[in-house]
Amino acid sequence: MQRYQQMFNRLAAEQRGAFVPFVTVGDPGPELSFEIIKTLIDGGADALELGIPFSDPIADGPTIQNANIRAMAAGVTPAISFEIIRKIREYNADIPIGLLLYSNLVMARGLDNFYSQAAAAGVDSVLIADVPLHESKMFRQAAMAHDIAPIFIVPPNVDDDDLRAIASYGRGYTYLLSRAGVTGTETQAAMPTAELIARIRAYNPAPPLLGFGISTPAHVKDAIANGAAGAICGSAIVKILEKNLQQPEQLLSELKSFIQQMKAAS
Amino acid sequence: MSELKLNPYFGQYGGMFVPQLLVPALKQLEQAFVDALQDPAFDAEFQQLLTEYAGRPTPLTLCRNLSPNPLVKIYMKREDLLHGGAHKTNQVLGQALLTKRMGKKEVIAETGAGQHGVATALACALLGLKCRIYMGAKDIDRQQPNVFRMKLMGATVIPVTAGSGTLKDAVNEAMRDWSASYATSHYMLGTAAGPHPFPTIVREFQKMIGEEAKQQILKAEGKLPDAVIACVGGGSNAIGIFADFIKEEGVRLIGVEPGGKGINTHQHGAALSTGSYGILHGAYTAIMQTSDGQIEESYSVSAGLDYPAVGPQHTHLQQTGRAEYVAVNDDEALAAFQHLAMAEGIIPALESSHALAHALKMAKDATEPMVLLVNLSGRGDKDLSHVHSILAEQAADQTANKAAEGAH
Repeated sequence: MQRYQQMFNRLAAEQRGAFVPFVTVGDPGPELSFEIIKTLIDGGADALELGIPFSDPIADGPTIQNANIRAMAAGVTPAISFEIIRKIREYNADIPIGLLLYSNLVMARGLDNFYSQAAAAGVDSVLIADVPLHESKMFRQAAMAHDIAPIFIVPPNVDDDDLRAIASYGRGYTYLLSRAGVTGTETQAAMPTAELIARIRAYNPAPPLLGFGISTPAHVKDAIANGAAGAICGSAIVKILEKNLQQPEQLLSELKSFIQQMKAAS
Repeated sequence: MSELKLNPYFGQYGGMFVPQLLVPALKQLEQAFVDALQDPAFDAEFQQLLTEYAGRPTPLTLCRNLSPNPLVKIYMKREDLLHGGAHKTNQVLGQALLTKRMGKKEVIAETGAGQHGVATALACALLGLKCRIYMGAKDIDRQQPNVFRMKLMGATVIPVTAGSGTLKDAVNEAMRDWSASYATSHYMLGTAAGPHPFPTIVREFQKMIGEEAKQQILKAEGKLPDAVIACVGGGSNAIGIFADFIKEEGVRLIGVEPGGKGINTHQHGAALSTGSYGILHGAYTAIMQTSDGQIEESYSVSAGLDYPAVGPQHTHLQQTGRAEYVAVNDDEALAAFQHLAMAEGIIPALESSHALAHALKMAKDATEPMVLLVNLSGRGDKDLSHVHSILAEQAADQTANKAAEGAH
């Protein structure tokens, strides 16, 4: 999980923010997914946020639900996901890799086993969408035991007690929600005010990255201008995949140019 | 992290596995519930609705002709006679009052067969709440009369096409809606499952079933029953009738899961019978899943039992040995459905027919006098066209088989 610190140090020296793209591993199939993730890196991603396909993604809107369905239909299991991630880690030794997934995938493998496999694949952080702070103890302990950063979400309705706990338990980065609801571009990011981000930062948590509804370079720019350490973009990227499923070359070139534009805004 | 007021766990099962965003909404609900229980005015209003609107107490009926064994008496708690046609009405009235108490004006609900949807719609019509109900597209096709009932009572029914288009997916969609609308909307979960505090709230708002039945059977028999039997999908009618008997250790508590086409097939909904545990819809409990932890589709002839998990208190009751859980197949439930109609002139819901089928098995095997209490959780009106088409199909198959035999 030291890779996050190295990334934030580098970006601080450059006086820039982080741009972190999200895709579901294995969407639309294992081989093309590997090419897609490589393209994210080549396009300038500072870190990666990767979903493991799950049958019931309750925190996701339609775009990422469909990504989960496509990956599962292509036979992508957690084991295959880890295999793809291991290849990505071979391709790039330095980029921070975060997992974003649902608790039952962790439970089914056994906590220690899951985090051990994630660490072996080269994963730096794990965010479990349906594990809130007060259920997080056994997950964050297993994560720390394998040198994986447990990531916590700061929702817009956060209270001071939760901020204090997140600052104390979180490592790597802090996932700042731009708004309520589920993932997707259907509802645009509502920019948290500079005051809110300053209030959060006063607790000194791991650097906050803003996510949910981030779909344009302007969103990335505003997030950083208001004090976030960077921005996470998922559904807007997955839409590029969705639109070009039958034309992989077009998919990869469109994807690369989108990533470059988003990174340029950071 | 402000502390919870109530224990979110039943032994090691339960909890509140939801996105962080929903935690404040669940805490607000818990607080409103705790306050309401201490408020005599809340209880008075709830009791008044239950008696004057819903029709409580419901009767206890001793079957005259159903029991196959003179040693065995079968009593039925008649939740089928409640307004709305099933026990579901009890707890939605409670949750609707909580909704008003929290100052929320809108309600979100999920429904499988449509029974919880109908109950939600009637409570919202009565109490002036606006409601939207998520229902799997496949279920909408199967349950047209209930869709029409909900609409008549002013509910908006939203089809869910994601996944398998059934109850599990409707719950997912309701939770997604709630994560955007919690400030103004209450999620009226329909069973004793899901994240804390729902399993506790639903039990507390259903436990009058067992409290009444206990007094009624004591009056009729002068003693407690030997066993209490109820069907288990998510488990709300079962926990409702079990709750007041848990401390009566001489009384066997038996939950009956949907065995579908057999628990050795993949086509069933018997989460407890398969002995696999994990997290679905906010709770750590018995669930149907693959070895990777992907949630499996459940199956049952009865849409109300067609759910791949079960409320966490049932998992705890099974683990501690206080309650037993068995599975009854589609065919056995269909036979009990017809048997009750013929023997007693009562058409039960297919859900409740599972509990009846198990009571009939127990009665057949009994060698000593026995008193059984079955929760007749709902009436079968909603199932008529479904059962009619199944029976017609079976009859056609039999005719075809006979014709084939004749040709040899």
